[in-house]
Amino acid sequence: MARDHIRFLLNDREVTLHDVAATDTLLDHLRLTARLRGTKEGCAEGDCGACTVLVGRLEGGALRYQPVNACIRFLASCDGCHVVTVEHLRGTDGGLHPVQRAMVDHHGSQCGFCTPGFVMALYALWMENPTPSEPEVERALQGNLCRCTGYAPIIRAALAMGAHGTTDPLMDERAQVAARLAAWADGDRVEVTNGQSRAILPACVDDLAQVFAQNPDARIVAGATDVGLWVTKFLRDLPVAVFIGHLHDLRAVTETEDALHIGALVSYEDARAPLVTHFPHMTRYWDRIAGWQVRAMGTLGGNIANGSPIGDTPPPFIALGARLVLRKGAVRREMPLEEFFLDYGNQDRAPGEFVEKIILPKPAPGTLHAAYKLSKRRDEDITAVALGICLTVADGTITGAKLAFGGMAATPKRAAHAEAALVGQPFALDTLQNAAKALPQDFTPLSDMRASADYRMRAAQNLLTRFWLEQSGEVAALEDVQ
Amino acid sequence: MKDEGRITGAAHDSVIHDSAIKHVTGRAEYTDDITEPVGCLHAYIGTATVAKGRVTALDLSAVRAAPGVVAVLTEEDIPGHNDISPTGLNDEPIFTRDVQFHGQPLFAVVAESRDMARRACTLAKVSYDRADHATDIDAAEAAGYPDVTAPLTLARGDAARALAKAQHRIQGRMRVGGQDHMYLEGQIALAIPGEDDEMTVFASTQHPSEAQHMVAHALGVPANAVVVNVRRMGGGFGGKETQMNLFCTVAALAARATGRAVKLRPDRDQDMEITGKRHDFRIDYDLGFDDSGRILAVDGLFAARCGWSADLSGPVTDRALFHADNAYFYPDVRLRSRPIQTNTVSNTAFRGFGGPQGLIAAERMIEEIAYKLGRDPLEVRRANFYREGADVTPYHQQVTDNILTRLVDELEVSSDYQARRKKVLDFNAKGGVIRKGIALTPVKFGISFTATWYNQAGALLHVYSDGSIHLNHGGTEMGQGLFTKVAQVVAEAFQVDLSRIKITKTTTEKVPNTSATAASSGSDLNGMAALNAAEQIKARLVAFAAEKWGVAEDAVQFLPGRVAVGADIVPWDDFIKSAYMARVQLSAAGFYKTPEIHWDRAKGQGRPFYYYAYGAACSEVSIDTLTGETRVDRVDVLHDVGRSLNPALDLGQVEGAFVQGMGWLTSEELVWDDAGRLRTHAPSTYKIPLASDRPRIFNVALAEWSVNPERTIKRSKAVGEPPFMLPVSVFEAIGMAVASVADYRECPRLDAPATPERVLMAVERLRG
Ligand SMILES: Cc1cc2nc3c(=O)[nH]c(=O)nc-3n(C[C@H](O)[C@H](O)[C@@H](O)COP(=O)(O)OP(=O)(O)OC[C@H]3O[C@@H](n4cnc5c(N)ncnc54)[C@H](O)[C@@H]3O)c2cc1C
Ligand code: FES
Ligand code: FES
Repeated sequence: MARDHIRFLLNDREVTLHDVAATDTLLDHLRLTARLRGTKEGCAEGDCGACTVLVGRLEGGALRYQPVNACIRFLASCDGCHVVTVEHLRGTDGGLHPVQRAMVDHHGSQCGFCTPGFVMALYALWMENPTPSEPEVERALQGNLCRCTGYAPIIRAALAMGAHGTTDPLMDERAQVAARLAAWADGDRVEVTNGQSRAILPACVDDLAQVFAQNPDARIVAGATDVGLWVTKFLRDLPVAVFIGHLHDLRAVTETEDALHIGALVSYEDARAPLVTHFPHMTRYWDRIAGWQVRAMGTLGGNIANGSPIGDTPPPFIALGARLVLRKGAVRREMPLEEFFLDYGNQDRAPGEFVEKIILPKPAPGTLHAAYKLSKRRDEDITAVALGICLTVADGTITGAKLAFGGMAATPKRAAHAEAALVGQPFALDTLQNAAKALPQDFTPLSDMRASADYRMRAAQNLLTRFWLEQSGEVAALEDVQ
Repeated sequence: MKDEGRITGAAHDSVIHDSAIKHVTGRAEYTDDITEPVGCLHAYIGTATVAKGRVTALDLSAVRAAPGVVAVLTEEDIPGHNDISPTGLNDEPIFTRDVQFHGQPLFAVVAESRDMARRACTLAKVSYDRADHATDIDAAEAAGYPDVTAPLTLARGDAARALAKAQHRIQGRMRVGGQDHMYLEGQIALAIPGEDDEMTVFASTQHPSEAQHMVAHALGVPANAVVVNVRRMGGGFGGKETQMNLFCTVAALAARATGRAVKLRPDRDQDMEITGKRHDFRIDYDLGFDDSGRILAVDGLFAARCGWSADLSGPVTDRALFHADNAYFYPDVRLRSRPIQTNTVSNTAFRGFGGPQGLIAAERMIEEIAYKLGRDPLEVRRANFYREGADVTPYHQQVTDNILTRLVDELEVSSDYQARRKKVLDFNAKGGVIRKGIALTPVKFGISFTATWYNQAGALLHVYSDGSIHLNHGGTEMGQGLFTKVAQVVAEAFQVDLSRIKITKTTTEKVPNTSATAASSGSDLNGMAALNAAEQIKARLVAFAAEKWGVAEDAVQFLPGRVAVGADIVPWDDFIKSAYMARVQLSAAGFYKTPEIHWDRAKGQGRPFYYYAYGAACSEVSIDTLTGETRVDRVDVLHDVGRSLNPALDLGQVEGAFVQGMGWLTSEELVWDDAGRLRTHAPSTYKIPLASDRPRIFNVALAEWSVNPERTIKRSKAVGEPPFMLPVSVFEAIGMAVASVADYRECPRLDAPATPERVLMAVERLRG
């Protein structure tokens, strides 16, 4: 029996809803139904952070809060969660919260429209680390735009917030909240409808396999950082949506002797630590994916499954020789990640089949790696060109080469001609530059608002030079300059 | 601890923004947060999907039949005038069938919910008789498009002759991109119909009086029937000076048609597609100078992409010419504007109002001279600053208040410019992939509306019998802290704590015929008007006290929280109470108009500006010559706000303007495709700076010694716009880093914005 309603905790109130459309967003619920108007809409596409709220849920018995963009978070996916909005913040004395106090003291608001979103993002950071460093603050604020302040006062506030206090009432209530959420965890499938659309939350992965095999036309929604925009920007309907973000079994990263097994629902944020540990060359690259809110929501499975030519996961993963595990019903199949992308908008995925996990082999000895992303703005921008590199070099000679590009073709794609120009050649600048000369045989990139074809090609070629320089110990990236 | 001898929140104190606590707690109410009247409907605008052409058929039957739709409005449903041209040119219909840009409003839907209205809009079936369009300056010129408004020429001496004789002569062209305001709160209006012909509108607007007139005009009712209110905006930056007119009028028309309250809030994409932006410019310059680097003559042509209608393009392009000298004396000069029509959204006011686009041309010419002569651009700048005997601008105003020499000298020292420039040169000499650049550039910005009649303001002040004060004025609050500053002025005048003053929403009911809160003039004008109101009440209080206590008027003194009358000290509240009992009028309407300014546009002569605000910035950047990526490593700013009314708020304006200006010159790029569609219409595609883009080191200081020589409010200076131009130093530093690849032999001639793509292409061009 499926449960026919969702329930969640909104600040200190329990909310039970039966009449829910698959496309209803959390932000509309907050502003229009609950009439909590402190949470703002600045873009409805996950880019500005004005709608930032915290969503807490139980993970392995512990309560964990993360910042999310309420504008693209679907209401149905809040089942079993604790949603915290700016209205709920207060200090231990009932007055301003330390984060709010710091923002006021440092003149962190001007027009104030971005402010509740900043406060919530900083609140999420404060919970994890009340005395963050400047780079940590910047990383936490990649998903928040402010047009007035120039950010300087907000950063000053963030650096000072710990000094205003490190506890608050919400922390004191944690155990209570966790107990309430735990009491709700009935292990049931949830199915809600507003009469026109259906939202299904499978009980577990096997249930998902069953639901999806039975409803192959349903739309899977993982982090909703893509599907959310279809709804808010393009007004698309979701007749049947299967929300899977809550399925713990697919949120794990496990390590074997020679590989990492990454569940499809592992978020960008949760993938960070294992990736950085095993593939340090991906640290900077990874930190340039979206902002914190989207990183907390968006999943690796979703980033791969949507097949975008400018998704950031595929290029470095393909270079590393990643494999993809797909599942339909009880049947699984495995393939090299690069073979999943057939053409623009077309992947090797059967109806009713879903991405279950990604297997990422650990680097083999003698391999050299890099991952590069170019975009108009450094952070929280969609890629113009991305490149994952893996070269095997033995005794100064390149014996294996994988160059996987994003933004250069209709799919994430390896550069066959350029790779051929590398293999068997000495590992030298000339060799890389010759390979660069072969790139036009591999790609005819597009011009769009992000970059021209000409820029994409030249920059892609130059990245091979950057790689050689870096491997030779030279400074070849802005971040490495004093 | 409260100091008995001082009020809290006096003028010149760094008090927090009046709404700061409301901002951080989410309790600050914006237009979309106002509790809607019962039965409130929602409107949405349907737009054209071609860039130019006639609508041959507008089939809205499916729209009307869509769920929740209550009404549909087209140009036939406008009882008054179908026009919202802010300059009276009658060239800006609300709805049209003669399409001039992709995204132009054709109709509106009114429905039970916003979602329903939005969805219904997509059901329109529109047929067009398409025509060829021109979206940019070159295409419009080639197609023989007209100017949207009369161009301006500023001239002094004989530029042609002086250029012909000059030792050195350089001709060049520069392109400067536009900019979207990207206020975090988008456009919005809520219209509530009243009895008879009355209409009340709540809107996010910098110019309530104009919105009031436009609504009246569209409804065909007198202005006295319409009230426009705004408590605060979530950012304006010029984008709500005229651009709200569309949303206010459509909401009001819908409210009139349905007899119900109607709210209209476009989504971000539509907001960016429908509303005007900063003008992009194409600047042709012809420059003569001598061996010492002194400018001899300048001839400049400033063509601007104005969009389909005039809007504010006239005054914007005028202001570009007013600032095409920045801080430099041009002995012989001719400057011309070309406000050309294009099939794009009608460009409008944006912080600086054309000034930045003029100023950057001056700095480009300085660069040209420096590269040509192999000199440090800072030396060239100094050689050309306005100075005694060389102090007349191209518009014949004498520059009498120049403080740039001191300002730049101080900044040169505090930023350690010389030593760092040498380090940068040494670093680049090593020839790595990463190159550096450094530049120190000045700003001189003229303060006043060039439309002289705009330089007036009103205020309404009530002192209630319990001693509390209600303050109202015609200025609007968009984050700049205007309300706080004006309240500080009033607190100071009465010597009461700031907390005794209630700041209230701007409304056309209280102060009529106000000017836009724009041109950085908010505190200058409204501060003075409020002070005038306070002085009137004070004069009455003094007369009353002198009579009642039988002392001379000069024996009445306003002390912190109390009034001294002769030997008696009366607490403020008691004093006011007794004034009330004595039937003293405790309310006053204040007024102010800026003295001494005048402008004859036909002659190109006058004193359009009451005074100038100055500033300078030194910026150091790194660029990656393989990818064109840039990073701002350090910025030092010294900025002039006269005697600051509130240093904390002023610093905030400087920092904020700097980063916004950096965005204009680096990552913010507007792209139209071949079909004339704007492709960058949301933050996903249009990239304003993020926290991690701000300068790695950012030292901002106010020139504390500066005092406005003119009698402005407390001798302060305007601060909203001038610092927006400081990041020209960032742009020029990027240019220097680029030029290093050709050993600085050639002026890099970067176009703006310096996106990674433009930087990389410039590097490759210079490498040859
Ligand atoms: C503000 C913002 C910034 C962004 N920045 C970046 C960026 O820097 N780099 C980048 O690469 N992307 C970026 N994105 C894009 C986005 O994160 C991904 O494209 C998104 O798909 C990630 O996954 P998700 O879980 O959110 O996907 P969803 O939106 O939930 O789903 C996307 C698609 O994948 C399908 N799907 C999801 N999971 C599965 C599964 N397990 N099996 C089968 N199908 C599945 C869905 O049905 C849907 O078609 C950004 C998005 C936003 C809103
Ligand atoms: S409203 Fe902009 S991120 Fe949600
Ligand atoms: S304070 Fe206005 S957008 Fe941040």
